[in-house]
Amino acid sequence: MSYRLLVRSLIPATVVALMVSVAGVEDAKAEWKPTKTVEFIIPAGTGGGADQMARMIQGIVQKHGLMDQSLVVVNKAGGSGGEGFLDIKDSTGNPHKIIITLSSLFTTPLATGIPFSWEDATPVAMLALDEFILWVNADSPYKSAKEYIDAAKAEAGKFVMAGTGSKQEDQIITVGLEQATGAKFKYISEKGGGDVAKALVGNHAQSTVNNPIEQVSFWKAGKTRPLCVFDNERIKLTEKVTADMAWSDIPTCKEAGVNIDYVMLRGIFMPADVPADAVAYYVDLFKKVRETPEWQDFMAKGAFNTTFMEGEEYKAWLKKAADTHKDLMTKAGFISG
Amino acid sequence: MEALSSLIDGFGVLGDPMNIMYMFIGITLGVLIGVLPGLGGANGVAILLPLTFSMSPTSAIIMLSCIYWGALFGGAITSVLFNIPGEPWSVATTFDGYPMAQQGRAGEALTGAFTSSFIGALIAVVILTFLAPLVADFALEFGPAELFAVQLLTFCSFVGMGKEPPFKTIAAMMFGFALAAVGQDPTTGQLRMTFGWYELLRGFDFLIAVIGLFGIGEILLTMEEGLAFRGKSAKINPRIVLQTWAQMPKYWITAIRGAIVGCWMGITPGGATPASFMSYGLAKRMSKRGGNFGKGELEGVVAPETAAHAAGTSALLPMLTLGIPGSPTAAVLLGGLLIWGLQPGPLLFIEQPEFVWGLIASMYLGNIAGLIVVLTTVPLFAAILRIPFSIIAPVIIAICAVGAYTVNNALLDMSFMLIFGVIGYVFKKLSYPLAPVVLALVLGDMAESNFRNAMVLSDGSLSIFWSNGLVGSICGLAVFMLLWPAISYALRRLRPTASRSQGEHVAGKERSTAP
Amino acid sequence: MQHEGESGGGLVSIRTIDIVVALIMAGIGVLVVIDSLRLGAGWAGDGPQSGYFPFYIGLFIIAASLGTIAIALFGRKQNRDAFVNSVQLRHVVRVLVPTAMFIALVGFTGIYVASALFIGASMRWLGRFRWPLIVLVSVAVPFTLFLLFEIWFLVPLPKGPLEDLLGY
Repeated sequence: MSYRLLVRSLIPATVVALMVSVAGVEDAKAEWKPTKTVEFIIPAGTGGGADQMARMIQGIVQKHGLMDQSLVVVNKAGGSGGEGFLDIKDSTGNPHKIIITLSSLFTTPLATGIPFSWEDATPVAMLALDEFILWVNADSPYKSAKEYIDAAKAEAGKFVMAGTGSKQEDQIITVGLEQATGAKFKYISEKGGGDVAKALVGNHAQSTVNNPIEQVSFWKAGKTRPLCVFDNERIKLTEKVTADMAWSDIPTCKEAGVNIDYVMLRGIFMPADVPADAVAYYVDLFKKVRETPEWQDFMAKGAFNTTFMEGEEYKAWLKKAADTHKDLMTKAGFISG
Repeated sequence: MEALSSLIDGFGVLGDPMNIMYMFIGITLGVLIGVLPGLGGANGVAILLPLTFSMSPTSAIIMLSCIYWGALFGGAITSVLFNIPGEPWSVATTFDGYPMAQQGRAGEALTGAFTSSFIGALIAVVILTFLAPLVADFALEFGPAELFAVQLLTFCSFVGMGKEPPFKTIAAMMFGFALAAVGQDPTTGQLRMTFGWYELLRGFDFLIAVIGLFGIGEILLTMEEGLAFRGKSAKINPRIVLQTWAQMPKYWITAIRGAIVGCWMGITPGGATPASFMSYGLAKRMSKRGGNFGKGELEGVVAPETAAHAAGTSALLPMLTLGIPGSPTAAVLLGGLLIWGLQPGPLLFIEQPEFVWGLIASMYLGNIAGLIVVLTTVPLFAAILRIPFSIIAPVIIAICAVGAYTVNNALLDMSFMLIFGVIGYVFKKLSYPLAPVVLALVLGDMAESNFRNAMVLSDGSLSIFWSNGLVGSICGLAVFMLLWPAISYALRRLRPTASRSQGEHVAGKERSTAP
Repeated sequence: MQHEGESGGGLVSIRTIDIVVALIMAGIGVLVVIDSLRLGAGWAGDGPQSGYFPFYIGLFIIAASLGTIAIALFGRKQNRDAFVNSVQLRHVVRVLVPTAMFIALVGFTGIYVASALFIGASMRWLGRFRWPLIVLVSVAVPFTLFLLFEIWFLVPLPKGPLEDLLGY
C-alpha cells in the first residue's frame, strides 16, 4: 500500500514512464492488460450475496496479486440493479469496467421496462450458479416438500412465503411453485436474504426459498429444515452439515414431485464492443480466482453449483436462461406493461 | 458468571499489541469516514473489507468494528460544526449541536456528543454481554406489523405541532414522504414518479437530501450575512472537557432513556437514525428544558447521540447471536465473516468463542479508545471554525459534493444536492420545518413496505395492528405520543407557571428584516 | 445575527415568495397524484396498491399548499417584509453560481480539477486572498481527497482528461 502510494505520488516519473510505455505499445500488442484501475460494478446494495461475492473476489485478487492495477468495487443498486446495468450499457468500449450479475440481469428489465438486455453487454464468464432450496421452520411438522405443498393446498392462501425483493428470483420461484402444484402463497418481500431468514426463524413466514448460504447456519443450529432443492440434480457436497444430513441428502424438487427447477447466475459481464483479448484477460483472471483455496472454501460453504462457462457455451446458456425468465415472468404476469 | 469469564478471555485476545494497533487504526479511519458526509459506516466498512482479507478473523473484525465505532463518533463532528450531518444518525444532533457552535460552545457540544455516544455504547455493550441470548429471541418477535408500529412510534414521538405554521409543517412532511416514494416500489417493483427518467430509478437518497437541506442550505443562509460571519470563534480550552463532564450527570435520565430507545431500535432492527430521532423527540417532550430544545441545549445533543450509538452497537447483537443483520453495517460485517472463512449464525458463539468474545471485548476497549481519540481532536476540530469562511465554505461544498457522489456513485446526485440546498434555504426563510422532511424521507420507504407486508399477511385487514399485545401496545404508545403535545398543553394550562416554548426559527426571520 | 453596515433595497416580499413556493409545492402534489392514479391508487385484496399512499400524500401537499396560499393572501398578518434584499441576494449568488458551475464542470474535468478551480476561484472572489495561499489550498484539498478516495479507500470518483493523462 505505502509502496503504491509512493509510486503514485511520483507523478512526474509516472508521466515519463507512461510516455515510454506508449512508445512500446506497438510491440506489446499481443496481450491486453488493464492500464488503469478496473471498476467492478455490483448491481445490488452492500451486504447482499452479489456484494459479498464481488468483495471476496476483490480480496482474493489483492491478496494473491492477480492484477497489476487495482480492482475497485462500486455499488449501483438503484431500481433492482437497473442503474448498474444502464451504466454498463453507457460504457460501450470501456475495457476497464466489469459487472457481476445475478438474476436481476434478466428480471429487472422485464419487470421495470428499463431499456437493457443482456445482449447489450459482453459475457465474460460464469463463475458459479447459486442454488435455491425450499426451507421451513424446524418446528413445523413438514418433513418433505410434498407434505408441505399438500398442507399449503389444504389451507389455500394461508401460507406465507418470504423472499427478497419483488418480481425477482424468489417471487418467480414462488409463482412457479404455485403454477406447478396449484398451491397458493402469500408473498412478502423483504430487503435482503438475512431478513428473509429472520422471517422464517421468527415464524412470520411458513417457508422461504433462500440460497443455501443464507440458511445454512440456521439449519446447522436446528432452527430450519430444507425440503427440496430447485435444481435438476442434487448438490454434490457429501460432507455432513448437520448430525445426519449433508447437502447431497436434500432431494431435488422434481424427485419430491414438484416439477420446477431454477438456478441463479453468478457471472461476469463487460460493456459491449470491447477488444477480444481484454475479454480473454478477464476470463483468465477469473480462472485464477477460482483456483484459490479461499474461493473453493467459499463455494463449499455456500453449496454453490461450481459450473464454469465462457465463450459460446456461456452465450448459449444465457440465451436459454433469458428465454426461461421471459416465459416464467410472462406466466406470472410480471412483465411491465 | 459464564459470560464474565468468557469476556476476560476476550480481553486476553486483545492483549496482542497488533490487535491494539488495529483498534486505533480502525477508530481513526472510522472517525474520518464519519466526518466525510456520504461515506457512511456501511460503505466505509464495505470498502475496507477486502483489505482485511489477509488478517486473522479476530484482528479483522476488531479493525472493522472499530471503523464502525469511529464512524458513530465522527458523525457528530460536522453536525455540530457546520450543520452537515456526517452520518444519517447525526441529523438530530444538528438540532442543538449547531446552535451551540454558533454560540461559541462548539467544544462543549462536541464533548457532550462524544461522551453521550460513549455512554450509549457502554450500556448497549453491557446488555450485549450479559443478556445476548435473551434479547435475541425478542428480536425475532418483530414481524412486519411490529416493525411498522415501531416506525409509527418514531414518527409520532418526534412530530408534533411546532411553532411553524401547521400548513407548512404538513406540506414539509408530505414532501418528505413524496420524495421517499420516488423510485422503485419495494412491494410490487413498479417504478413510481420517475416519469420515464431512469436517473430517478434510485430515488432520492436520505443523505443527499440531508447534505443539501442542512449543509448547503446553511452555507447559503450564512452567506446572506455577508462575510462578516461568526464573531465568536470557539474558545478552546482543554478544561472544556471537564467542565462539560461536570454538567453531564444532570442529564442521566435522558441518557438512560436514549440508551434504552437505542438498544431497542438496534435489536428489532429499527436502526440508529430513527432511534436518534425518537430519543430527541422523547427528550423534548419529557424534559423540563424541552422548551429550549433547538436553541442550543446540551440535553438535545445527549439524547440523539446516546440513542444512535446504543442502536449502532446493539445492532451487532442479532448479527452475532442469530446471523441476522441489525443494520446495513452489520450486514456488511456479516458478509465479512464469510470472507474470513467463518460461518455467521446461531452457532457462532459456540463454534468461534475466541472470535465472538474478542469482538465483544473490543467493543469495550474500542469505545474507550474511540472516546480518547475523538476527545483529543475536539480542540483541533473547533479550531477549524477559526479558518476564514471564504476558505472553508468552498472546501465544505467540494467535500459535500464528493460525499453526495459517493452515496450512489452518481453524478446527478451532486446536482440534487445543490437543489436541496436551495430548497433548504428557501424553506428556512419561509418557516417550513426541515426535520419532518428528513424524518419522512428516512421512514417513508420502510414504513410503507412494512405496512403493505402486514396487509398481505392479514388479507388487507387493519386489525393486525392490534392483533397481539406487543404490536398493540406499541401502536397505543404511538397514539399517546401523537397526542402528547395536546396533553401537555392541557397540563400547562392547569399549571400556568411553566414556561412556553419559543420559536426555533425566530433567528431565521430576523435575518430577513432589513436593518 | 448582525448585519453589515450596507443595506440594499428589498426585491420581493416574503408574501410573494410564500405564494410562489406554495404554488410549486401544489404543482409537485399534482404530479404525485397523477402518477399515483397511473399506478393504481386503490386498495386491492392484499392491501394498498403502489399508488395508494402517494395519492393521499399528493392530496395533502395540495391541500396544505392551498392553505398556505390562502393565509398569505387573506390572513390577518401579512408579511410584506423583503424576502431578500439586493445585497443579500448578491452574497448568496456569489456562492450559488460558482457551486452550480463547479458541479457542471465535474462531468467534464472530473471532480479533482473542478474542485481545485472552484476552491481557487471562490477564495479569490470571496476572500481576496494572495495567490500563493490560493494555490496551496486549492491544490492541497483535491490532492488529499485523491489520496483518501482513490488510493486508500479505493473509491473511484469522477475523473477527467487530466487523470487519464496521468494513467488513472
